[in-house]
Amino acid sequence: MKPFEYQRAGGPASAVATMTHPGAAFLAGGTNIIDLMKLGVTAPDLLVDVSGLPLRQIEPLPDGGIRAGALTANTDLATDPVVRTRFPAVALALLSGASAQLRNRATIGGNLLQRTRCRYFADVTKACNKRRPGTGCAARDGEHRDLAVLGGSPQCVATNPSDLAVALALVDARVELLTPDGPADMSVHELFRLPGDHPERDTNLPPGALITAVVLPATPIARLSTYRKVRDRSSFAFAAGSVAAALDVRDGIVRDVRLAFGAVAHRPWRAYAAERMLRGATATVDNFERAADEELAAARPLRDNAYKVPLIRNLTVGVLRGMTEASW
Amino acid sequence: MERRFTSDVRFDVNGHTYELSVDNRATLLDVLREQLSLPGTKKGCDHGQCGACTVLLSGRRVNSCLVLAVTCDAAAVTTVEGLSSRTAIHAAVPPDEPPTLHPMQEAFVAHDALQCGFCTPGQICSAVGMLEEAAAEEVDLDEHEIRERMSGNICRCGAYVNIVAAIQEVAAR
Repeated sequence: MKPFEYQRAGGPASAVATMTHPGAAFLAGGTNIIDLMKLGVTAPDLLVDVSGLPLRQIEPLPDGGIRAGALTANTDLATDPVVRTRFPAVALALLSGASAQLRNRATIGGNLLQRTRCRYFADVTKACNKRRPGTGCAARDGEHRDLAVLGGSPQCVATNPSDLAVALALVDARVELLTPDGPADMSVHELFRLPGDHPERDTNLPPGALITAVVLPATPIARLSTYRKVRDRSSFAFAAGSVAAALDVRDGIVRDVRLAFGAVAHRPWRAYAAERMLRGATATVDNFERAADEELAAARPLRDNAYKVPLIRNLTVGVLRGMTEASW
Repeated sequence: MERRFTSDVRFDVNGHTYELSVDNRATLLDVLREQLSLPGTKKGCDHGQCGACTVLLSGRRVNSCLVLAVTCDAAAVTTVEGLSSRTAIHAAVPPDEPPTLHPMQEAFVAHDALQCGFCTPGQICSAVGMLEEAAAEEVDLDEHEIRERMSGNICRCGAYVNIVAAIQEVAAR
């Protein structure tokens, strides 16, 4: 690992100010960046440790939302009783990710900025447009079983590895930021992006910005939400595919529905087309299948990841069917 | 200004306070093993995937291979050596008396919850942290729950059946 300087941030504003230093990077829980530094994927000259900043409060908002400081540990958000009641999909997504040791250390702000687990991104001897723009993509013709089937580009087929991000996309969460120009906020839908011609950019976060909080806006339907994840072993693995869903069924009719898919794209994939098709429709397996197919019509699988299309379809149908039966 | 690649830190390990100068790159795992001569904590994968390096950091189980020692200023660390009454290098009991093992260590011995033993310190520290977490959440620990909550600790020998039994015995007390 390349030697680097280390500073403890005195406050959010001074932390953001240090980002003008060339090669500076924030350090929070460190569970991803330290690994990437060991692998030589990233090599900061200065680590600015923000982990001591007072950004760990989980604050239920009177309107039914929740604001959580960006340094809240994954464990703490997942086990918060108000989160579990108001946003079960968020708690379930967090608990499905990583291991207990990692969830104790990792922060929710860092979770949103973790890098893809594409093996070519992590291997500095291989071509990767995300790690080194212009070098090509070894994944397209290589091992891409885990990679994107939706929204990829010729330059990059990486997936976003976060489970939390999928649940946040479901509930239209927002992130509060401190930027060099002052406080700002953005929706998670604006935060995450597709790779296009700039796969080196994971997000649309302004340069030097620090995520200070995650806001779960009041979302009544989120009380009826869940998260289901398929992986190669029963615990402690990244998703092969995942679905976050919220469903309000009354008298057999879908009053409202929200769906988001994970591990299929460079960003959490909100399934708006499927939602539109289901709203007002009867809550039947046929309709769930049609809606999933509508969303997945845009899928462009690679040689070895076409399994994700029926996987997500069946997962969607299974989750919606389970939620419908539970509402009887 | 000259660039500094080392930092001074002060933290507690197993009840002893250490003041150290550490390379900014050094993980807590490497400092425990190489600077503090506490080799009980094991380096397995060094990437947070196996759990052999699990320690309790300010009471919570974490992968010490993914924690920079420089970030541990003012923290309290418990390693497997700190669970028993006598650590490897700090005689807390007279040398002629046998050390008292932590109940989780006793249960691992009683249930033969290991084969090669390399993952065992991490398994034990993780299990101790896990019981605290489950108690705080008021969760009943059946076999499924224990397996899920211990999934961050890999045992290449596959001693899981006995590991679960050992933890279940302590959890039931």
